[in-house]
Amino acid sequence: MRLSCPLCGERDRREFTYQGAAAMVDRPAPGATTEQWSDWLHLRDNPAGRTRDLWYHEAGCGAWLVVERDTVTHEIFGTALVGGDHAD
Amino acid sequence: MVELTAQTPWAALLPVTAGATGLSAWDPGPMTALMPYRGRRAALSEAMQAAHGLGFPDPGEVTAAPPLRCLWTGRGQAFLMGGPADPGLSAQAALVDQSDGWVALRLEGETAPEVLARLVPVDLRPAALPEGRTLRTLCGHMTVSITRAPEGLEILAFRSMAGTLVHEIADAMRLVAGRAVLG
Repeated sequence: MRLSCPLCGERDRREFTYQGAAAMVDRPAPGATTEQWSDWLHLRDNPAGRTRDLWYHEAGCGAWLVVERDTVTHEIFGTALVGGDHAD
Repeated sequence: MVELTAQTPWAALLPVTAGATGLSAWDPGPMTALMPYRGRRAALSEAMQAAHGLGFPDPGEVTAAPPLRCLWTGRGQAFLMGGPADPGLSAQAALVDQSDGWVALRLEGETAPEVLARLVPVDLRPAALPEGRTLRTLCGHMTVSITRAPEGLEILAFRSMAGTLVHEIADAMRLVAGRAVLG
């Protein structure tokens, strides 16, 4: 498996660490209810198909990426830097 | 006053030659990590131009104004090498001294990419990594920075990994040289 890092280009999977669903990036507002925080922390979709995940390019540029891929076909549709492209 | 003598981490490990490849150490001198504050990348690059005559490198790029060089080393991070950084740059970026935290190797010879192909999961042949380009990747399990310079491939790694790094690369050099002898 290879992932295309927006900064480094196509790289081997061993350079990356998987974190989990990309929904973690969308934090609730600071004044959100306990239930909203609980849902954000604990509830995950488990799709058979397209999913968006966070990957860390640990052994490369150190960027966090959102990788959109298919859990059934293993096809990778695209990668993007978390936080846009400031300070790269 | 005690006079301290700087020691290299290599002891008697270097240089190593095997077949058409040579591995040697070089002294990167003062090194400073430059990490621009949010939205200050362009301002940092301008300040660097004014103070040192080189800009902040794009991903994979090396900027140079001899004897200084600035190596891209990650997202929002570059290393200024070859001399001290102007303290005025700290208005635009976090500056962290890296001197002596890293060791530098040079792998020379046409078979250098072939040697590193055994350890590094990235294509390092001149077509893929031309002169003046740099990248971050793995060498075995160690994170490294690899740059193509006129003399060969330059490898930066954490000083604590120095012995292991030489061991791994020297082994790969001997194996590639052995294959060449077998034809």
